[in-house]
Amino acid sequence: MRVFAKLTRAEFRLFVREPMQLFWIFAFPAVLVVILGSIPAFRKPNDYLDGQRVIDLYVAIAIIMTLASLGLQVAPMVLATYRERGILRRLATTPARPVALLGAQLVMSLLTAVGSLVLVLIIGRVIFDVALPRQPVGFVLAFLATAGAAFAIGLFVAAVAPSGKAANTIGTLLFFPLMFFAGLWTPREVFPEVLRRIADLTPLGAGERAVQEAMSGQWPAWGSLTVLVAYMLVFGLAAARLFRWE
Amino acid sequence: MPVISVDHLQKRYGDTVAVRDVSFTVERGEIFGVLGPNGAGKTTTVESIAGLRTPDAGTITVLDRDPRDPELRRLVGVQLQESQLPEKMTAGEALELYAAFYPEPADWRRLADELGLGGKLTTRYAKLSGGQKQRLSIALALIGNPAIAILDELTTGLDPQARRDTWGLVESVRDRGVTVLLVTHFMEEAERLCDRVALIDAGTVVALDTPAGMIARVSVEQRIRFRPSVPLDDGVLTGLAEVREVRRHGTQVEVIGEGNVLHAVTAALAAHRIIANDLRVEQASLDDAFVRLTGRATAEEQS
Repeated sequence: MRVFAKLTRAEFRLFVREPMQLFWIFAFPAVLVVILGSIPAFRKPNDYLDGQRVIDLYVAIAIIMTLASLGLQVAPMVLATYRERGILRRLATTPARPVALLGAQLVMSLLTAVGSLVLVLIIGRVIFDVALPRQPVGFVLAFLATAGAAFAIGLFVAAVAPSGKAANTIGTLLFFPLMFFAGLWTPREVFPEVLRRIADLTPLGAGERAVQEAMSGQWPAWGSLTVLVAYMLVFGLAAARLFRWE
Repeated sequence: MPVISVDHLQKRYGDTVAVRDVSFTVERGEIFGVLGPNGAGKTTTVESIAGLRTPDAGTITVLDRDPRDPELRRLVGVQLQESQLPEKMTAGEALELYAAFYPEPADWRRLADELGLGGKLTTRYAKLSGGQKQRLSIALALIGNPAIAILDELTTGLDPQARRDTWGLVESVRDRGVTVLLVTHFMEEAERLCDRVALIDAGTVVALDTPAGMIARVSVEQRIRFRPSVPLDDGVLTGLAEVREVRRHGTQVEVIGEGNVLHAVTAALAAHRIIANDLRVEQASLDDAFVRLTGRATAEEQS
């Protein structure tokens, strides 16, 4: 346990030494909420959104985006780089196991995501009066399920990518379409019916829906949670089978 | 009682045979060299010993255990070829982290001082020089106070000075009582450091001996060159039992002989009151032995 804590601390240190990562994980989601919240029309209840405000939706979307950055871009790049540079192999010659480093990276990412989440919730609440999640248990569940799906896909990318650079490229190529379905450019609430059904089957679309519902006080749809768990299992198992340690 | 024993090791990757038949034993406290050209199967052999690969056939025991025994991870320190660290991790952080992996680690600060890294503890890995990275890698291999240190291609890519410094380091490691298994394709390194050497070529051991024994095996011949202070009659030298041939190169005399030919020649010259100027003795080196035993030029000449 002491070893795992030290590995996690080391991963966290390395994370905060990457200014670009800090920006995308902490600054960008917060800045996005602040900018969108500054538009007066986005702070008025909207009939198309069942009386919700646009800014209410974007708090959830910003949270999903943080998980997507960490799971699809940061984690695969870091892990594939560790393999490429022989760091996993070096670890295999010590009493610590390479899988411990993988676990430490995921725990560090999850804690970082929680930090970013708290920041976005506080900004939304304090500046724009966005209610804190009204269904807290459902919210935590939706958040963890989305994180699980995003990191499972990220691990799969790390498993199949030949290098750290390739992993980052694949992750980025996945990030944009998947974030589209999560409503980054247009909230899924205003998607046409067909697009919304497709979005509900994508990991981040399902994640956004689940988080959004918990934010507004409902229990997250079981359909969305099932989709998330399915992604987590399928990609997680595939990653476990395909992951090369060297 | 050997600390490492390798018996008829075989390993192939697909259709490529990396190791055909390798056997040797390493005794406690020695520096044992695994020598051979690139692609000879050296790294596969030591990676099997380090428990990173499973042999197709043959047996390996390390400290009387199977190489994959988790117990060995704290008893064997490994410095792998091309194994790096995260770019933004400092040397001190790496040492502290790796020290935490072991039940009875060395004092990492003292170890860093001994390896000349004391002033580099807050320097990030990416900013270290090649020699410093290599020394850090050695430090990480030694941080668990291992009984055996496996060092793979330790000095590849280092400049000559850094290479010599690293050799001093390996000797100091042995002086602490650590058995050292050293993989190299540099003849000079093996000749200088190793107590015994296994010469591997195309996946088989072609010779196993001390560096001096290996040289003696391929060459008993010595060549002496000098410039006599006064004109010299060949008969003075050709009459000696140890001398086989005398050649002239301008004013220079070259004597080819066997056994204690140097002593015989200098004694004969002294008896005739002749001084041998610019005296040079040419002996076969491990390089020569390598070429004879493998039938190819050494890595230094190829690169």
